[in-house]
Amino acid sequence: MNVFFSLVAGLVFGLGLIVSGMANPAKVLGFLDVAGAWDPSLAFVMIGGIAAASIGFFFARKRTQSWLGLPLQMPAARDIDRRLVLGSLLFGIGWGLAGICPGPALVLVGAGVVKGGVFALAMLLGMVLFELAEPGGRQPPAASAAANPPAK
Amino acid sequence: MTIDTVHFTPIAALFGGLLIGAAAALFMLINGRIAGVSGIMGGLLRPVAGNTLWRFAFVFGLLLAPVLYGAFATLPEIQLDSGYPMLIVAGLLVGIGTRYGAGCTSGHGICGISRLSPRSIVATLLFMVAGMATVFALRHLLGVTSA
Repeated sequence: MNVFFSLVAGLVFGLGLIVSGMANPAKVLGFLDVAGAWDPSLAFVMIGGIAAASIGFFFARKRTQSWLGLPLQMPAARDIDRRLVLGSLLFGIGWGLAGICPGPALVLVGAGVVKGGVFALAMLLGMVLFELAEPGGRQPPAASAAANPPAK
Repeated sequence: MTIDTVHFTPIAALFGGLLIGAAAALFMLINGRIAGVSGIMGGLLRPVAGNTLWRFAFVFGLLLAPVLYGAFATLPEIQLDSGYPMLIVAGLLVGIGTRYGAGCTSGHGICGISRLSPRSIVATLLFMVAGMATVFALRHLLGVTSA
């Protein structure tokens, strides 16, 4: 059941990326180009996204489990540390180079855009490199208990 | 600063944003999970039993979205001018950066800000500023419009 709703969520999320213009790299770069001919559209994507998600998180906070009876897994990390700062800066530089972030990268693959596929493969390679550099690290607290075998 | 009135599409952007936010909200309420694309993908690289199928399903939904959209309407314009070397460098940085910083535009930007997480607010400001600085350096300092 949760697998089905995951599919639906991914689908609606992807449709939102297409409708909003986020899946068009040139439009994203138009937003990031504040010194040029600035296209503020992406700010409206954020406003709409945060408005809708805030309502959901407001009600989720009052619950101990999801509608399907699953645990509500809110991120526990609170530190604003070097990892967060450096990682976000690296991501931002990559985002600014091509105008593509992870969600739209997958939408571009689905749309059959070859260059999007190249970006997505490089992104996946980056994620693999990160995993290789940090074997066993970076597990969320809930999953890092000794009772849980690490990887299968 | 000049506003690009030709490409400015506030209504479509707002509506698309509402769809994205609704997906994230329902994902938390129904499945109890953060709809962060980089985190969901990253979790596939270190599989945990019983914690993999829903990740594939979410990714599959994202891949399916343009196919479904295209079946009923014409997909909006997709303009991707970057050359292959640039796409590879950008992809690597996005892959490493989002995992190291534990989130991207969806996990930190949409979900994190919606739960008023100070971490995510800082992360979002940082990647927005870094993205803007990168575009500024490329276009206005180096004069590169597509590479």
